[in-house]
Amino acid sequence: MSKGEAAGPRVRGGLPRLDWKRARRFVTSERAIGMGLIVPSLVAVLVFVYGFIGWSALVSVSNWHNVNPDYTFVGLDNFRDLFKNFRFQIDIRNTVAFTVLFVGACLVLGLVLASLLDRYIRGEGIFRSIYLFPMAISFIVTGVAWRWLLAPRAGVNLLASKVGLSGIHYTWYTDSTVVYVHQGSRLADALDAIGLGFLADPNFGVPLAMISVVIAATWQMSGFVMVLYLAGLRAIPKELKEAARVDGASELQVLRHISLPLLRPVTLSAMIILGHQSLKIFDLIVSMTGRGTGFATDVPALFMFESTFRANNFSRGAAVSIVMLVSVSVLVIPYLFWSLRRESRL
Amino acid sequence: MTIRWSRVAIYGALLFFAVLYLMPVYVLVITGLKSFTEVSLDQMWDLPSGLHFASFRDAFDRLNGNMLNSFKMVIPATIISCLLGSINGYILTKWRFPGSDILFFLLLFGMFIPYQSVLIPLVKTLQQLHLYGSLWGLVLTHTIYGIPITTLIFRNYYAGVPTEVVEAAKIDGASIFGIYTRILFPLSLPGFVVVAIWQFTSIWNDFLFAATLTSNPDVQPVTVALNNLAGSFIVEWNVQMAGALIAALPTLIVYILLGRFFMRGLMAGALSSS
Repeated sequence: MSKGEAAGPRVRGGLPRLDWKRARRFVTSERAIGMGLIVPSLVAVLVFVYGFIGWSALVSVSNWHNVNPDYTFVGLDNFRDLFKNFRFQIDIRNTVAFTVLFVGACLVLGLVLASLLDRYIRGEGIFRSIYLFPMAISFIVTGVAWRWLLAPRAGVNLLASKVGLSGIHYTWYTDSTVVYVHQGSRLADALDAIGLGFLADPNFGVPLAMISVVIAATWQMSGFVMVLYLAGLRAIPKELKEAARVDGASELQVLRHISLPLLRPVTLSAMIILGHQSLKIFDLIVSMTGRGTGFATDVPALFMFESTFRANNFSRGAAVSIVMLVSVSVLVIPYLFWSLRRESRL
Repeated sequence: MTIRWSRVAIYGALLFFAVLYLMPVYVLVITGLKSFTEVSLDQMWDLPSGLHFASFRDAFDRLNGNMLNSFKMVIPATIISCLLGSINGYILTKWRFPGSDILFFLLLFGMFIPYQSVLIPLVKTLQQLHLYGSLWGLVLTHTIYGIPITTLIFRNYYAGVPTEVVEAAKIDGASIFGIYTRILFPLSLPGFVVVAIWQFTSIWNDFLFAATLTSNPDVQPVTVALNNLAGSFIVEWNVQMAGALIAALPTLIVYILLGRFFMRGLMAGALSSS
């Protein structure tokens, strides 16, 4: 027990007496100054992040559907309307399709590039810089460039016909077809057999136009995954791989049985970071395709933007934003706990 | 011999991917360099007949005001958020107080939120503060929403500075400010480069805040202006391509000159490596 506590507050006349000595020591202590230094940042973040989230949540349960703010409480009506909204249902389907394709493509490409580079390559730095440079560019620039590269009458199609592949008339992001597994088809039966029968539904379709956006986004983000995997591969003790090779394992076996299991934390980080980005994707869609024919490339962020700032339907915009926040939180909060715990263990 | 062939295959694959990743840049550059008579879509992949800078001049005339706006927004926001992040990182690692872990978690989460969920209150608040539609409104916004990531990177950076050094300085009677200015600040210059590059790049590339918080074309940052340029049907596409290249140039130059630090920022942002 410290001296301060020994002389702690004694009850006199029913009121605890303030221990001035102790209080002053606390106030003038460096620790208190430290807290004081961090307070402005904390207040700013608490207000601008958590306060504003609360405010948005309030708008999302209010009746504010035009330019005049109206905070009449309407419960969850806006959310009920939202999930019945045709465009929002399509947005959810698009987001699911985009997330799966984009995260998958980035992970595969990132791993391929990292394992190619992890072999004492001459000029490794140059290759790495080439694969990573799109990260430094804004999604708007990416969208403008890829819109021309994947324009049906130009770009990649034109290049293909120049090298002799004249049969390609793929219409890229202008294609409004949605591909899905038809109920009753053989594939649907196969899915049913492994308990995934619910996937045979237009709601789990892939709008072909989205693939163009996935290509552009993967071009931009796969280098990031490569960097993560490369660092992960470099952290694996060489002896482990050598021992396996001496035992006669092929390179693919080394990758599958040694590298990949040890890279699992890296894969998880990459999935979370890319996944939460794809839930928020906005800039690339705006600059590359817009909402697309039949909302083929529409996403919640664009719906939120247009509801709020074009249609002045603030409550609907806020409701979309809250749905986005919840979906990101479900993904990110467990991850934050996991990585903070992991960090404190190290 | 088999080993040699596998080396050839690896280099071949690496080169193939390099060409693939550089393809958009090739198209941007050659299209920008074409004369106005050459820019039909059929000739998209052909090299220009000579070096024509007319498209770049045209694009620059349309975007230079917005480029300047971007610089005016990015530079103060980067400097302020770096300083705040550095101080926060210092306090959170070397002057831990009860609840600092929870505060750190709250800060971290702020890095991941979709900014859509703060957009409506942000617009209303900036209107109240008479900062809506001004570059200072964007500076304030980027500074505050930059605090989580800058704090995180500096915290990880300072965690590597031995606590014994700080404790010894405390015993010698150094104040909280003295320890920062004489020990940590000089040590953290590389950290400042990492954080500054990260902030510069992400603020320069931001579109969401820029598009929602400014409506006057004279104030808009270059990402918004480029998007408007590209969405316009009267602007030729070679000018759009040249514009895209101009808008990307500042962050690309930073990347080419300081790529090493850029990569460290990425790793710090990914958490797992900390």
